[in-house]
Amino acid sequence: MGAGAPAPDAALALVGREGRRRVVLSVDLAARKAGVRPGTPVAKAQALHPDLTIMDADPQGDRAGLEKLALWFQHRIAPIVAADPPDGIVLDTSGADHLHGGEQAMLAAMVQRLRDTGITAKAVVAETLGAAHALARYGRARMLVVPPGGVVAAIADLPVAALRLPEGIVDGLHALGVSRIGPLAAMPRAPLALRFGPDVARRLDQAFGRVAEAIVPVRPVESVEVCRNFAEPIGAAETIARMIGTLVPPLCQLLEERGLGGRCFDLLLYRVDDRAEAIRVATAQPVRDARRLIRLLCEKIETIDPGFGIERMVLAASRAETMGARQALSLLGEADEPDISGLIDILSNRVGMQALYRCAPVESDIPERSFCRVPALAPDDARDWPDHWPRPTRLLPRPEPVQAMAELPDQPPVFFIWRGVRRKVKCADGPERVFGEWWKGDAELTTARDYFRVEDTSGERFWIYRAGDGEHGETGSQGWFLHGIFG
Amino acid sequence: MPAPEPRPALEVLREQISRLEGRAGRRRAVLPFGLAEIDSRLPGGGLALGALHEVAGGGCDAQHAAAAGQFSAGIAARTRGRVLWIVSRQDVFAPALMQVGLSGRRVIYVEAGSEVDVLACFEEGLRHGGLGAVVAEVTRLSMTASRRLQLAAETSGTLGIAIRRWRRPTGAADFGQPTASVTRWRVSVLSSVGLPVPGVGRPRWRLELIRARAGDEAVFDVEACDGEGRLAQDAPVADRLALPAILADGAGPEEVGRRRARA
Repeated sequence: MGAGAPAPDAALALVGREGRRRVVLSVDLAARKAGVRPGTPVAKAQALHPDLTIMDADPQGDRAGLEKLALWFQHRIAPIVAADPPDGIVLDTSGADHLHGGEQAMLAAMVQRLRDTGITAKAVVAETLGAAHALARYGRARMLVVPPGGVVAAIADLPVAALRLPEGIVDGLHALGVSRIGPLAAMPRAPLALRFGPDVARRLDQAFGRVAEAIVPVRPVESVEVCRNFAEPIGAAETIARMIGTLVPPLCQLLEERGLGGRCFDLLLYRVDDRAEAIRVATAQPVRDARRLIRLLCEKIETIDPGFGIERMVLAASRAETMGARQALSLLGEADEPDISGLIDILSNRVGMQALYRCAPVESDIPERSFCRVPALAPDDARDWPDHWPRPTRLLPRPEPVQAMAELPDQPPVFFIWRGVRRKVKCADGPERVFGEWWKGDAELTTARDYFRVEDTSGERFWIYRAGDGEHGETGSQGWFLHGIFG
Repeated sequence: MPAPEPRPALEVLREQISRLEGRAGRRRAVLPFGLAEIDSRLPGGGLALGALHEVAGGGCDAQHAAAAGQFSAGIAARTRGRVLWIVSRQDVFAPALMQVGLSGRRVIYVEAGSEVDVLACFEEGLRHGGLGAVVAEVTRLSMTASRRLQLAAETSGTLGIAIRRWRRPTGAADFGQPTASVTRWRVSVLSSVGLPVPGVGRPRWRLELIRARAGDEAVFDVEACDGEGRLAQDAPVADRLALPAILADGAGPEEVGRRRARA
């Protein structure tokens, strides 16, 4: 909005004309608290909240902004995205959620990103567009993943207005005493169609997935793409693979001409029944190697449903970066480390980008904070962990409390009981004192842990610590915990 | 343990079998342990590269596979190139791998969600050929799956290590099922080397070579991997008794003392 924007916490109402009256169209949180609602006449709203900032609504601008946001989603989340004016965005995430660590994680990331930019959003994944639309606007949950087959139960309790019906029909249904989707779906269709026209049945079927509903995706202007139409619809996996084989080389050629390499490729397959299936693959580094790309795309063929056949295929490099020519082979000098970026791509398209990582050192004495995950192909730095003391091969995800008997303050335990097994300590190394990181928060100002490496009578070696220094109560609970297992 | 007597008839037979298996012309590359006792018992004089090996922990360690993991990391550390470490739930502590010579820069972790994904990633990694070693923590390994992995390893020459790890100690019975892996090891912890001062000495392991293709089973007691991933011969008891005398007249005691002093 720029310099003229109102303060973020000011009560704001956007107004427009409804017939001959000027009414409030939308309000922010502060105005809502003051009792201003959409539909309130402007004069009344000003009476309710004298400091109310009033601005004219700009539906055109909103629409353009929504389109831009849809493009951002298309760029980041899934290939098939459309703006759903006035206030929604529709995504077909099938075949793309695995890149974000599953549906739940994807929703959380999306909502968080929007919140970072000041947009409060609700997100729902459901099998049909109609159900997702209804739950996102009328459901209670901020984030929801409807399990397969759970659509009927999930939307039965929502008001009929959630079905995207015109206002006249909703009022008519209310007059009949039908206010929820569940009872409406149970009513006989013929009298409804006679009274309200075909809309009610169509919207119900769309919500329950009995009729298909197409999403017309936004397309970025600058994307590099090639397409192919088929005279006869294709459906067999081998045929699709062969067609991918003919689409990829021209795309790579196009990328090469522009000096680009793709980081993210979308293959859209338009079916004869007007639905689009999509495959998205992402790569760790810019790629324009046809063979590698064909391999990545063909691995995903099993995820698409060709239905009655596919009549059009579009392959686009939806995210591209500059990529210069590079010498791959040299007769001079020693062979470099083999290039494994191809393998990284194959694996990350299988298990997801964030499930593939290296551990890099972090300067912290607290074991669970001493490493962080970095991308598998991140540039190396020369740092490594300090090699002072032996470290256990397995670090338990969280330290497990054990019962132990020890002489305070700095003797290792004589025995301890872990997971119901009593172990007598034969020899031990320690203590290695680790202090809390006071710069992280007040809670860690005084805390300390004393780590011991102990060996029991059967030869098993464990890493256990006492929360606290054994003398001062404020340093910790003085309880014992098992944190790791040595080889 | 004396090396087994050479048996000419057996050697001829082995040669015939390997010819039938179709790798007559190629000498398999091996990764020696550097311990004559172990290497002499392995066909080819070391752990075959381009092959699948299975490692499991013994006793309580079947669940945690801590010693098995450290043993595998020591082997992987002695290969060249990057190492793929595939897990279904992550509890490997990277600084520990560094202490057997496997730097954090070399290890790429793959956190696969399911057993099937673990095996699929395992096969991809073995097939690629640009890696030094691929380590995967698997629970179930069927004959079919292991044969695929073994073939992938053979074609690329990459070392594959399957750390068998079970949620419950009873699952370890599964380790008896036949697989196509070339060797099968069980690593159990033993009490550490005794020190003249209080403290924990160098860890010791019992390595059981349960199965080796074209080889015999064997049991070795060794000292655990050092900073470069090498095992060491288990010192006989007589040598260990002499230790205090060695320490008495050198810079030894201070060094041992420093190890102990932790603040």
